Formats: sequence, structure tokens, C-alpha cells
Amino acid sequence: MSGAGQDTAIRARGLTKRFGQLVAVDHVDLAVPARHVYGFLGPNGSGKSTTIRMLCGLLTPSEGEIDVLGLSVPREAEALRRRIGYMTQKFSLFDDLEVRENLEFMAAVQGVPKARTARRIDELVEQYHFGDCQKQLAGTMSGGQKQRLALACAVIHEPELLFLDEPTSAVDPESRRDFWEKLFELADGGTTLLVSTHLMDEAERCHRLAVLDRGVLVADGTPAELTARLEGRAFVVASAQPRRAQRRLAELPEVLGVAQVGNELRVLMRAGGPEGGAALARLERVLADGGPAARIRPVRPNLEDVFVAVTRQQRPREERAA
Amino acid sequence: MSWRRLWAIVVKELRQLARDRITLAMIVGIPVIQLVLFGYAINTNLRGLDAGIADQADTAGSRALVMDMLATGVIAPAAHVDTPEELVEMLRQGRISIGVAIPPDFERRRHDGRQVAQVMVDGSDNVVQSAAAQLAQVPVDSAAPDTRAPLVSTPADGPIGIVSFYNPQRRSAVNIVPGLIGVILTMTMVLFTGIAIVRERERGNMELLIATPLSSAELMVGKVLPYIGIGLVQTTVILALGRGLFAVPIQGSLLDVYLAAGLLILANLTMGLLISTRAQSQFQAMQMTFFVFLPSILLSGFMFPFAGMPGPVRWLAEALPLTHFMRLIRGIMLRGAGLAELWREVAALGAFTAVMMAAAILRFRKRLD
Repeated sequence: MSGAGQDTAIRARGLTKRFGQLVAVDHVDLAVPARHVYGFLGPNGSGKSTTIRMLCGLLTPSEGEIDVLGLSVPREAEALRRRIGYMTQKFSLFDDLEVRENLEFMAAVQGVPKARTARRIDELVEQYHFGDCQKQLAGTMSGGQKQRLALACAVIHEPELLFLDEPTSAVDPESRRDFWEKLFELADGGTTLLVSTHLMDEAERCHRLAVLDRGVLVADGTPAELTARLEGRAFVVASAQPRRAQRRLAELPEVLGVAQVGNELRVLMRAGGPEGGAALARLERVLADGGPAARIRPVRPNLEDVFVAVTRQQRPREERAA
Repeated sequence: MSWRRLWAIVVKELRQLARDRITLAMIVGIPVIQLVLFGYAINTNLRGLDAGIADQADTAGSRALVMDMLATGVIAPAAHVDTPEELVEMLRQGRISIGVAIPPDFERRRHDGRQVAQVMVDGSDNVVQSAAAQLAQVPVDSAAPDTRAPLVSTPADGPIGIVSFYNPQRRSAVNIVPGLIGVILTMTMVLFTGIAIVRERERGNMELLIATPLSSAELMVGKVLPYIGIGLVQTTVILALGRGLFAVPIQGSLLDVYLAAGLLILANLTMGLLISTRAQSQFQAMQMTFFVFLPSILLSGFMFPFAGMPGPVRWLAEALPLTHFMRLIRGIMLRGAGLAELWREVAALGAFTAVMMAAAILRFRKRLD
């Protein structure tokens, strides 16, 4: 697989997309390293799909520059299409074609050499476990099977770069694990993958992440880097009356978010306020003074905390830099 | 243009079509049903209209005239009354469609060469009116052959003979079946491709397709090709049924008939494609199809003669492929003309196809915005 000479598969500067009054993507700067699984994390409507569509040349950006695999997009989108695979958010293969017919169609359209087509399809059927359902109509398959077929079709021409738009949002956890195994196999084989998701456990698997919120890129880095920034600001509160404790804590100006997880509360402190021991003491004092009895302990921040931190603190922008 | 990709689209369309039973049924069902309905139901050559007769003369001559009229088969006696006033009353009530009034001085009028009788018509129906004109041609048979005069025209007019060329028995089916090929092809072909692109957009296939190296031209041409074959199958069904059920002759060459049909098929398919690139949903595509279909039926000369239309309407009709096909197919099937003699219509259909195809390819963007 080519692309080995390049270290950055995708580079975008000031990428912006407006739909009338709405700014769907707002001056996003991106650098996606080659041969990585790069994640786009963000809630629905945060501009993940729009960004992916601009990167593969399906939407024209209102502003900004895009360089994908050394090609300028959208100007050279046609040349780019031979080198990328794209898996849409909604299943977009043909429901009324059989599994093998779908693969045959995509092979021909993607320009897999004729002599190689049958062998390549056999290979994919084997790898993606379609041995016993090659004759099944795609529309009659389960969600997990459909995702596998969509992935098999997206990589049939062995693209250097693969875009996956929320690939596993309609799939059970077991299928999702298998699916991610496949993604890492592809990355090991030299493919760059850009995966959008709103699921934290998926985001954690990525080599690197960009967090998008309302069209703005609010954070990026490896999952470890992102969580390390919140060190000392995450706590777990165990109380017999978690809801009362939650109301009490949510009133504090230095608390950014309180979420109930089972019988416990997960508390995230605002940046610039007390951290570590000072924060712990502050929380204990508040609950001792009129709140329900509780035990508080510091925890390692996770990506959900990162997500809460970067999306809630977005409005005062200076703070975000902290 | 890559033949491999083009062929991939054609194969995909055919495979999808083979699994789409409703569309398959429509391909054969529409021509059969329409042909049988139109062939039997649309009959401008009326028989057995209810007629009231008021023969005030009641002479041998007047009775002979009435018998002659009945013998045409156009009218059937429903009532015999005494005065023309009663006929008018019955017409108004809708009990009869035609009244025949013969005045008491029938013999004198006939001798003087004046109007001898009156045919009263329910003018609210066009077709009945033309049937009455047919009745008026019944000669006033008598011992004096040179006094044959049309009944309703002015006395100065001589007998007017209408001779029908090309369809001597005036059978409607002979006129209708060739045109029906065009009507059915217009309806089905525009509709099939009209929804072809929109359907892929609605089902989400389009986002996948435009992210591949597939070009607009490959997609458009690949979508059209399978339907050319289907259109020719439909043409064959109509021709065979037209021959079997209505004994419709083909005076010209069969090859010319198929070539003409092929031209119309292409024109309609490309128009459908253009609709498909515009429409946002399959429903919208259907609406647009009807927007084209109705003027085609009304203005092409299929239902009403082209010669009777005012200028601007003629220009509009000239822009419809069905108008040109009507002239082609009637020329070939009924008059035995060759395609080369009708080159104007061939050129018009070819130009229409080229413009539509170009517009469809240009309009189709491999973009989502």
C-alpha cells in the first residue's frame, strides 16, 4: 500500500461550512497522521459528518484549505476518489442485491482489476465471514452483518485512506468489538482511518482524537493526553442520597458538571478553580455543611469528563486554553 | 467513460429490476391493459345512438329515408313521436341523443331541392355531433337520382361524399393502436427513469456512488440502457396485441417501426433522467412525470387533430417527443412511409434526446451541496 512516504494523511486549515445562517463547521484545523485510527468525537449535529463529507470532496467548503493524501480538495476530488474508501452513516449498499453482487458491483465501480476481482472478493468473503451468506440479499441481513458488508465494500480497492461516519451506531457491542478488530487490522496494514463517533468507548480506542462541539474543534490529542489535562479535577461522590447531593453540588460555581453513575456521582471541577486536595476539601466541606453524608474520592478522568470539560467550558474561550 | 463501470451499472439495474415484481408486472401489464381499454373503449365511430323520429310527412319517400338512416347503424330507433317539439323535449331530458324531424311538406321540398329533413343533435357531446354529420350524408334516395342532397346543409350544396383513406372502415383501433405505442412508452419510460436517480438518493445509495470514481455520464447512460430493451419489449407486446385483437396492419417496414420506437424511448428516458436529477423525492418525480404526460396525450395528435390547434399550442406540441412520434408511427404503420421520408421527425426526436441527455449529465453533480 502506498502513502508510506507521507506522515500526514489529512491536513485542513480554517475549514468552514455554512448552510445559510447556520455555521455547521467553524474554522477547524486538522492534522491526521498517516496509518493511525483518528477519531472524531462529538454529539449529533456537532459537524462530524459535514467535516468528513468536505474532506472526501462531497461537500464544497465555504472557507478553508484541505489537503488529503497530497491532493487539494475539492479541486482534485476526482483523483482522490480512487484512493479513498467511504463508509456512510446510513447503510448505503443495495438492499435488493445479494452480498456477493454488492461486492462485485463495488469492485467494478472502484476499478479493481478484472483479473483480480474474483480473488479479492473471495478474500473479503473469507475475512469478513460471509462464507455462508454470499447469496443473501443485503436488505435481509442484521445490523452487524450490514456494517461488515459496508466495510468490506469500502476497502475492496484497498484504499490508502478510509472515512467511516459513525460506523457502529446501530450495532450491538459484540459486533462492535469485532468491527474494531477489523479497523486495527487495516491500520496495521498501512491504512489511515478517520472514524466519527459519539460513543466514548469507541473514542477511547482511537490512536488520536478530535473533539467537535457545535462545529468547533474544542480539543485534540491522544486519549491519554486529553484525560491527563483533567488530572486532579474528577471525583466520585458516594452518598445514600445521591440526588440530594447532586442538587447541592451543582449549585457550586467551581463545579463544571455532576452526573449520576449508578449510586455514585461523578463530579468534574472547573478549570482555574481548586484542584486535587484543595478541591476534595472544598467538596467535603460543602456536603458536611447541610448536604447529605457522603464519601468523596479522586478518580482518573475519562473521555466523558474530557467531553464535558471541553464542551461546557467553551463559551468563555480564554478559559479553554487552560 | 469506462465500459466496465458502465456495464456494472447496467448489470446492477437489471438485477434490481429482476427482483422488483411490481415493476416487472407493470412493464407488461400497462401495455396490455391500456391497449385493451383504449382499443375497445375509445370508439369515435358510434353505433346505435338512441334516436327519436318525428315523421310528419309519412309518405313512402320519407319512410324510405328513415329506413336508410337506421340502416347506417349509427342510430337505433328509441321513440316515434308526432312533432319536432316533442323531439326537443326528449333531447333536453336526455332520453335521446339524436332527433330526426321530417316536415309534412317533405315531398314538395324534395322536388324543389330544399332541405327535406332536420337532424337534431345533443351538441353537448362532440362525438355525437360528428355522428350526426355522418347521418346527414345519407342520400335522399328517390326515383330521381339527381336530387340527392345532404339533409342539413343549404339546398345549394351538392351531395358531399366523405371518403376515408388509410382507414376505409373508419375503425378507431387502427388509428389508436399506433399512437398507443407512443402513449404507453411515454408513460412508462419517463416514469421508470424519472424515479431511477431519486430512488437511489432516497435510499441513501447515492452518497456511496458519488464517493466512488463513477462518472455522471457512466451513471446516466448505465441507467438508461436497460430500459431501452424494456421499451422495445413493450412495443412488441402492443404490436402483437394490436394485430391479434384489432387486426391493425403494418404497411411500412417492421424495422422502421422499431427504429421509431427506439427514438421515442431514448427521448423519453433522457427526459425522465432530467426529471430525476431535479426531483427531491419519488413522489415529486411522479408529479413531474404527469406534468409531461398530460400535454403529451392531449397535444400530440393522439386524441385531437394537430391541425385544429392554435399557433402557440402547436409550438408547445412541437416540443413534445410524442407529437413527432405520432407522425412517424402513423406514417409508417398506416401509410407505409419509410423512415427516410419522415426524416424531419427523426431529426426532432434525435435533437430532443441529445439536449435532454446533456442537460441531465450537466445537472447531475457528484456533490451533496
